[in-house]
Amino acid sequence: MDPSFIIMQFLSGLMMATLLFLVASGLTLIFGVGNVFNFAHGSFYMIGAYLAYQTVSAWHANFWISVLVAALGAGVLGMIAESVFLRRIYGRAEEGGFQILLTYSFILVIDDLVKLIWGAEYKSLARPTGFRGAIEIGGLTIPSYNLAIIGIGLVVVVMAWLILSRTRTGRIARAAALDREMLGSMGVNVPLTMTLVFGIATAMGGFAGALAAPLRSVVPGAGIEVIIDSLIVVVIGGMGNFWGAWLGALILGEVNSFAVATVPDWASLFNYLVMVLTLIFKPEGLFASRKIRKV
Amino acid sequence: MKNHAKIKEVVFWALFFVIFGLIPLLEKSDYHLILANHILIWGMFAMAFNMLFGVTGMLSFGQALYYGLGAYSVGLMVKNFGDIWFLPAIGLGLLSATLVSILIGLLVIRVSGVYFTVLTLAFGQLVWQITFKWYHFTGGDDGIQSIIPPGILANHTVYYFFTLLLVAVSIWVLRRLVNSPMGLVLRCIRQNPDRVRFLGRRVRRNQLRIYVISSFFAALAGGLMAGVDNSIHPDMFYWTTSGEVILMAVIGGIGQFFGPFIGAALIIIIQDVVGARTEYWSLIIGLIMMVMVLILPKGLVGEVQLLRGRFRPDAKNRGENGTTFSA
Amino acid sequence: MEPLLVLDSVTKSFGGLRVTAGVSFSVAPGSISAVIGPNGAGKTSLFNQITGYLRPDKGRIIFRQEDITDLSTREIVSRGMGRAFQVTSFFPEETVLDNVRVACLSRLNKTRKAIKNVSYFKEATDKAFKILESIGLGKQADRPAFELAHGDQKLLDIGIALGLEPKMLLLDEPTSGMSPEERLLTRNLIKRLWKEFNLTLLFIEHDMDTVFGIAQTVRVLQMGRLLAEGTPEEIRNNPEVITAYLGEEVL
Ligand SMILES: Nc1ncnc2c1ncn2[C@@H]1O[C@H](COP(=O)(O)OP(=O)(O)OP(=O)(O)O)[C@@H](O)[C@H]1O
Ligand SMILES: [Mg+2]
Repeated sequence: MDPSFIIMQFLSGLMMATLLFLVASGLTLIFGVGNVFNFAHGSFYMIGAYLAYQTVSAWHANFWISVLVAALGAGVLGMIAESVFLRRIYGRAEEGGFQILLTYSFILVIDDLVKLIWGAEYKSLARPTGFRGAIEIGGLTIPSYNLAIIGIGLVVVVMAWLILSRTRTGRIARAAALDREMLGSMGVNVPLTMTLVFGIATAMGGFAGALAAPLRSVVPGAGIEVIIDSLIVVVIGGMGNFWGAWLGALILGEVNSFAVATVPDWASLFNYLVMVLTLIFKPEGLFASRKIRKV
Repeated sequence: MKNHAKIKEVVFWALFFVIFGLIPLLEKSDYHLILANHILIWGMFAMAFNMLFGVTGMLSFGQALYYGLGAYSVGLMVKNFGDIWFLPAIGLGLLSATLVSILIGLLVIRVSGVYFTVLTLAFGQLVWQITFKWYHFTGGDDGIQSIIPPGILANHTVYYFFTLLLVAVSIWVLRRLVNSPMGLVLRCIRQNPDRVRFLGRRVRRNQLRIYVISSFFAALAGGLMAGVDNSIHPDMFYWTTSGEVILMAVIGGIGQFFGPFIGAALIIIIQDVVGARTEYWSLIIGLIMMVMVLILPKGLVGEVQLLRGRFRPDAKNRGENGTTFSA
Repeated sequence: MEPLLVLDSVTKSFGGLRVTAGVSFSVAPGSISAVIGPNGAGKTSLFNQITGYLRPDKGRIIFRQEDITDLSTREIVSRGMGRAFQVTSFFPEETVLDNVRVACLSRLNKTRKAIKNVSYFKEATDKAFKILESIGLGKQADRPAFELAHGDQKLLDIGIALGLEPKMLLLDEPTSGMSPEERLLTRNLIKRLWKEFNLTLLFIEHDMDTVFGIAQTVRVLQMGRLLAEGTPEEIRNNPEVITAYLGEEVL
């Protein structure tokens, strides 16, 4: 096979992986720290994409500002969703099921609200100025926006690594499967932490949505596809595990990129194939956090 | 307590046969007959789903897979081999749902809680995508039209009674199951799976069993539906179909055997009244779901029961603990 | 007589924490004996290993002449091992009767029956009632289990274990959280059940009156190590045990 083809696909896979990682790490963050499964995480991604579209096309703002607006907006909405709705079901018997049902209702409501505000038709967003062209490296033509995303992803990963390994908050977040009671007994203001973490998580979703907006069309109902892809990522990596999410995203992004280039019609099935293989051979994910069983 | 359950059961069956038996006699229009047929089929589907969620505590977000499998078995057989294959096709749907649910079940029961939900969703979407893209075989986005049941079943009233019979038998079977030793074990698995292991029982094995049973009835619902609507479409596999059946169960009450049926009736009637007039159907069901989860977590039937219980002196806190499944 | 249960240098660590450090002892059939030790000594972890809930890192566990070290909980239970839990474990939404009946049905291997009503299985129902009478919960048979008082829930936990007709029964702090009066009743009850059901009984307990009142043999665990084993008299006078655990209060 042509080596330049492989490098191109690899880079495009890396870009996909970056976007996937940004979304999935938010999902896995709130699950790992707060034990909340946010089924509507993909909807916050979608909100991010729409907010970016709104900021750029209606308010004529700079794209990079619109990315910040999207992250902030999705974060604030996430905090509202957590403090107004989700909080009410914490501690209920069979809370896990109710979390899914409640966040499922968010998906439905957000989908239609988006449709109500922006209409059902596709929206598209131009790449930011300065990143519309491509860069020539050793005979390869690489879209500069793709490189920008990969770069941003690297910055986020390094920052996350610093936070996770150097700060107290990070250490709390890293200890997988913490329960809220335990956080409380460590002297953490649990309700506030939950809201903040939820906000950070949805902000990451919105951030990814905004970055992806110039690459994919913005459309209502996108949330569910995004959530399924991020779920596959965390299934591969092991739920609640930050580095697992990174590895999962990388695998999925690359598989997808090569599949799109070779069998475009059936590419999306490869995501599921990876998931099924993981399930068969390592059902708890590649980076499973050890399970603590209590009798 | 026991008598109470008996009375509830008798009341349900009496109402069931009176209402659904009389509809074809009172209504001359096909419209309401089809509506009643939808309620029957979705009601049974929701009850079968609730065997997983309400009884065993497994929230599957992928039962649409088996519903679609049942429908497409009928659609494809009738389209390719003629309407005479309608009934065998329902059987084929049941068989393939059983086999597929064993295969997928073996994978998804390896994980529990949220993972289980997510994986069932993913498998459902996988099959939806295949159906959607495999245009030559499945008709893709267009689905399959003019699936007419053979012989006298082509008559709407006859077909209605045919469904009524099968649905009644299915509900009866599920009812027996809930009150049987196996049903007891399933309820115990939801409440305390670790203790069930200490009873010398295999939790996963039992979860697989009920997953297969529930999927079987989902496929029956799909097969019957193909004959009511005379057409099928890939959305039957789509995750929103799974979501809708969940909503029906939650509205009626997942802690109640008959609750999901009532929930199905309600949703279908609401859909009939408002759904036709709005494009914001998902906003409506989203808000309903939100209200149910936040304010009425036991579902309508469960909350009514709780309300009545408040006036009985011996039942101070009955049902306050979790979602008591009253069999 | 052959011992019913033998632990041979059983060892288990969680990361760096050694919870079981080469514990060996054997339990004679038909005996009633206790395991005591300070909080975190590894008592519950030991029970977890005996019942296949945790796998020992090293060592063997022999039950009724058979090596059960690598068997699953289910297999160990089916060989006649029963257990009640420190954190009371039962089925809160089922009736008290059904809590015990499900165990009886499991014992009779009827849990795959999917059409006949549970009450059709008379043998299981009768046995469940008999057990409920024995543990004094007969009058509460129709109440959902979560309504019971804490002490009664602890008894129900034992009742579920009895439904499996175990040869050997492990009780993890059967009197914890009980009032002194309830403790006395439970102590007598345990002794009676031991005889009535021909059990070999091994229990963990912090209440010294219960331990020294009914145990024939007492084993002391400290930091995962078996510190001492002997008759209540020997343990009471063992200087090592006194400094490590008992202190002055009991004496
Ligand atoms: N699954 C586990 N993972 C990690 N550590 C564990 C686990 N289970 C128990 N431990 C630790 O092992 C030690 C022994 O615990 P264990 O429950 O066996 O003590 P115990 O003697 O039963 O104490 P108590 O009297 O308080 O019940 C404790 O320090 C506990 O924190
Ligand atoms: Mg203990």
